[in-house]
Amino acid sequence: MRLRLAALLAAVAGVLILLSPSAALAQATPTPSAPAGAPADNPLVDGQNITVTLLDVKGGKGKPAPVPGVTLTVFKDKAGGDQIGTQVTDTKGRVSIPIPSNGVYVVSLDKDSLPAGVSLSGAGENEKTITARISGNNFAQFQIGAAVTEKVAFSEKFTNAVVSGLKFGLIIALAALGLSLIFGTTGLTNFAHGELITFGGIMTYAFNRGFGMSVILAGICAVIAGAIFGFLQDKILWGPLRRRGTGLIAMMIVSIGFALLLRSIFQYTFGGSTRTLSQYVAQGRNDYGPISLSPKEVAIFGVAIVAIIVVCIAMMRTRLGKSMRAVSDNPDLSASSGLRVDSVITSVWVLGTALTALSGVLLAINQQVNFQMGFKLLLLVFAGVTLGGLGTIWGALAGSLIIGLMVEVAPVISIGGYQPVPASIKDVGALVVLILILLVRPQGLLGRAQRIG
Amino acid sequence: MDFGTLLDAALSSALGPQAIVFALAAIGLNVHFGYTGLLNFGQAGFMAIGAFGLAVSVTTWDLPFWVGIGIALVATILLAVILGFPTLRRRADYLAIATIATSEILRLILGSVEAKDTFGGSNGLTGFTQTYKDMNPYSGPLDLGVVSFSRNDVWSITVGWTLVAISCLIVWALMRSPWGRVLRSIREDEDAVRSLGKNVFAYKMQALILGGVFGGIAGIFHVLKQGSAVPTDFNTTFTFYAYAALLVGGAARVLGPVVGSILFWFPIAGLGSFFSQATSGPDPLIPAAIMTDTQASLVRFIVLGLGLMLLMIFRPQGIFGDRREIAIDGR
Repeated sequence: MRLRLAALLAAVAGVLILLSPSAALAQATPTPSAPAGAPADNPLVDGQNITVTLLDVKGGKGKPAPVPGVTLTVFKDKAGGDQIGTQVTDTKGRVSIPIPSNGVYVVSLDKDSLPAGVSLSGAGENEKTITARISGNNFAQFQIGAAVTEKVAFSEKFTNAVVSGLKFGLIIALAALGLSLIFGTTGLTNFAHGELITFGGIMTYAFNRGFGMSVILAGICAVIAGAIFGFLQDKILWGPLRRRGTGLIAMMIVSIGFALLLRSIFQYTFGGSTRTLSQYVAQGRNDYGPISLSPKEVAIFGVAIVAIIVVCIAMMRTRLGKSMRAVSDNPDLSASSGLRVDSVITSVWVLGTALTALSGVLLAINQQVNFQMGFKLLLLVFAGVTLGGLGTIWGALAGSLIIGLMVEVAPVISIGGYQPVPASIKDVGALVVLILILLVRPQGLLGRAQRIG
Repeated sequence: MDFGTLLDAALSSALGPQAIVFALAAIGLNVHFGYTGLLNFGQAGFMAIGAFGLAVSVTTWDLPFWVGIGIALVATILLAVILGFPTLRRRADYLAIATIATSEILRLILGSVEAKDTFGGSNGLTGFTQTYKDMNPYSGPLDLGVVSFSRNDVWSITVGWTLVAISCLIVWALMRSPWGRVLRSIREDEDAVRSLGKNVFAYKMQALILGGVFGGIAGIFHVLKQGSAVPTDFNTTFTFYAYAALLVGGAARVLGPVVGSILFWFPIAGLGSFFSQATSGPDPLIPAAIMTDTQASLVRFIVLGLGLMLLMIFRPQGIFGDRREIAIDGR
């Protein structure tokens, strides 16, 4: 196994060093895994296209290795339909095939052209259907090399799922804390909260790639930018609305409009593609007893836990934290006791948006950056907050961790070969829990019953 | 800049099948939100159930077309009952979160690989519209000078606007009946209605079912005019656009959602056409450094988001609404 991977990597490295297709061929022929006829570079097509990058996830050391020399064909509507184009993957494992218009396309992978020892994993599907809706790059993915995990024992799969569930849960928890703080003090169900997560991610990308900062520095700057963004939001938008007495439902719909606006602006400026930060993209994993984590995952755990503990202690002990809880409990009484409710709410917006931006930063480091990354998370954040109890801090925390675990662990569970929640729809489990909680215990796990009307 | 094309694009969206789908969905939302004060953020889910009720019946189960329509409508009623039971006794935002979650669950399940045999996966289902197409009495396309429609579109427009008219009639008749007055009073003050001995839960449930059925009809019409049922069409954004259309026209007005959909689509399609023309060609009006043609298609959504915010802030009652009647607030 390792030999094959080393050979594959060596072939690719040879190509990269020599930078000449003919020399690369000479270099590659002796190894069984790199076939002849792989072009050096398929440039990304301008305009509408389907792009596939074949990567062997088990290749390299934690770094996926590209698979060159594989023939991919694009058909219109169905396999065997009108052939749009065919290409052989280049040394980066990439093909880029132009398509005429929006519509349904099928990308078919020629299994026979796969290098020896490399096989499709998962269900071994060699056809992927793509519905092209955007005029830029449309991506298709084939699973390669992950097949090895199928033989992994259930206990190990379960532990891994629990660990990644906790990690996901902590990322959700940061955003949920932000949402919960804002909901608690202002009563606003903020549908633009997902975009605040995306804001953190995109800002990290901008500081990292745009200004050339290191990812860590960029993350810190993104959180600060988030805090400023929260301050401006409250000063320009939500504060004035509050003062003129706009109803909560009207504000909720304003937040929907705001979400549409922000998401479109993100897509306008950032583009529709998914991009990576410059550092910590793929890391090898180290073993810590029964679990294995990459250094960046350890860092995500550390940062999230420290941030949550600091916020919770601050809410319990500091003057500002106490006044935030007082306003969330009873704004009128707080005002008559001499609290400046409005400035407390402003600081809640700053803190809440900064926490949410931090969640976006961690998400960007954990995965990649996309203009929809927060929007896709929004319902899970809602689920976490509702599960724990709207407006309670500990509830948001516990609820998010449970939701994170639900999402990651549910696909692992199979009862007699039957999977209740297949991996392709793993969010469904968490959303079903959300609805069940509303049915059984609407105030949430830790909420107080009298809050509910 | 070709203003003829621009006007054609704007008008054919505003009067064509696209606006009809939104009008039907928004009529349902009007019953929910405008008249009863229920925050249904899962109208896309009702549409998906209607659409796939028909598509699955005809394509997967080989049942006759009209039986499929029946199954689709029964399925939307069932969805409304299942959704209403846990949430209608709760605060408004609970219904909002439950409905939005349900519509996402439905979309994910309908598009899942595992259920591909029944629902067709992410490609969806096709081949259930033959009966609908056979009923088309028109022989050719319709050209009105400024705007032209294909033969299929003319038929869809005829059916669609008839459905809209019937729906409006039903809503108009129901809302001036004693039943409709109870719904409005629930919106205004639920506790007062309860103290008068009315079963608020039952009225809310009936309203949820009625609006859901309008949503289901919108879904059925959407897949009929399109010829295929694709799960990704029924995402949450659709619901939000339908809300935008309703709020533009004015909630709690019979014709509000209809006028709203037309007025919603006219600028959206017009802006889309304008910016795509302004950025295409060898010498574009707007240089590519400022805006590429990919970005051009996004300008209308930026305008839409901003428009929805400004509308809610400055004129929450919409164009025809009455501020005294629709004092939007949660219950």
